[in-house]
Amino acid sequence: MSLTAAQRFHAYANPARFMALSERLLAPLSVLTLLTLGAGLWFALFSSPPDYQQGETVRIMYVHVPSAWLAMLGYSVMALASAVALIFRHPLADVAAKSAAPIGAAFTFLALATGSLWGKPMWGTWWEWDARMTSVLILFFLYLGYMALWATIEDPLRAARAAAVLALAGAINIPVIRYSVVWWNTLHQPASVFRMDGPTIAPSMLLPLGLMAAGFTLLFFTLHLVRMRAEIMRRRVRNLRLARADEGGL
Amino acid sequence: MRRAFLALLARDIRLAAGMGGGGGMAVLFFLTVVAIVPLGVGPDRPVLELLAPGMLWVGLLLASLLTLDRMFQADVEDGSFDLLSMGPLPLELVAVAKSLAHWVVTGLPLVIAAPVLGILLNLPPATMPYLMLAMLVGTPALSFIGAVGAALTVGVRRGGLLASLLVLPFYIPVLIFGVGAVEAAAGGFEGQAARQALLFLAAITLAAIAIGPLGAAAALRAILR
Repeated sequence: MSLTAAQRFHAYANPARFMALSERLLAPLSVLTLLTLGAGLWFALFSSPPDYQQGETVRIMYVHVPSAWLAMLGYSVMALASAVALIFRHPLADVAAKSAAPIGAAFTFLALATGSLWGKPMWGTWWEWDARMTSVLILFFLYLGYMALWATIEDPLRAARAAAVLALAGAINIPVIRYSVVWWNTLHQPASVFRMDGPTIAPSMLLPLGLMAAGFTLLFFTLHLVRMRAEIMRRRVRNLRLARADEGGL
Repeated sequence: MRRAFLALLARDIRLAAGMGGGGGMAVLFFLTVVAIVPLGVGPDRPVLELLAPGMLWVGLLLASLLTLDRMFQADVEDGSFDLLSMGPLPLELVAVAKSLAHWVVTGLPLVIAAPVLGILLNLPPATMPYLMLAMLVGTPALSFIGAVGAALTVGVRRGGLLASLLVLPFYIPVLIFGVGAVEAAAGGFEGQAARQALLFLAAITLAAIAIGPLGAAAALRAILR
């Protein structure tokens, strides 16, 4: 018997089924992540030419650009999962949204930190309040606020819905980040990979960048899966504790 | 429905005015924040003139955050929110009334107080109309965006701190364009640049009025269900 897409969507609402599937996926996904990230690092750090203007500092870019992409992907995953949680009441969606936040926040921090390290030798400043940097900093604050809201509301069901509203409100920032370099002509350089007229970056640098981006993306989804599993187990423990407290006559 | 809306609006304004904790307190807070700036950076007049638009806006933001957490919390605590949620008004309109009341009680007095504080900071008199206009256009956005933060933190202990943390990232565009309008006017670009910043500010306010109450109502339903 084959399932329709909608049936499959709801079939994985069963956490037990999700746990079984994710357990099988985890090992191959981890191996793939390690291989891609390893190859990416090799090309990025050793087997690619230094830039004719930036010299060796261009290698920071291989960490910086994928981190920035993943910072936005992480928030998009979070916002999408929040929308699914609010609309369909899918029980795994708020687990997915909650689990994506700290990973996305870490990538955002990485993007800000590496950008700062690159900015000092290249622009002569650690930080500049230009549109791209400011909007990414706001993204970082949004992640922190989202996590703080989860931490302060005790009941997971109520916390999930409140956090989902916040995540959706903050999603307004994602297109602002994407187009900040187009709308405001400021210090940060415009996009050079995803353009209508094709990438303007040299092919010898596109390969390590692509590998790193793929590796970072795989890393994100591996970590996300691990965190989702941990969150489901944490909720089971919570429920068991509550049940035991009930039995104890409390 | 209109009568219920107006009644709620009048009640909230009267409550805030009666308790003395609304506008008066916010203006006093605004005054103290602005007054410590010259003490902090030194009373050098050109420096103050440079800092004035930014400090006035930062003070305004902080003062309006300060009063945010009571927007729904007080009603939830004394039970009148249960009546509101069962009454004829949908929660979205309740949020509109609450945000509007918040703006009348805190936003408006702050705008009126701003020129006086501008004198303290040596703001050129020619830029005062722009300052007031920018604040008049921008402050409703603070109340309507703030309503979402206030709704999200209903029932949270020490919710005021969390509400500030949640809301401040959304206040940043208001701050940027609000300061931009005043600085453009101060720099002699009264026409084009100041007008552009004011239009951006108006766009943000309109978007906040359209989206804020929906978000606040969704948050209230989620938390108090």
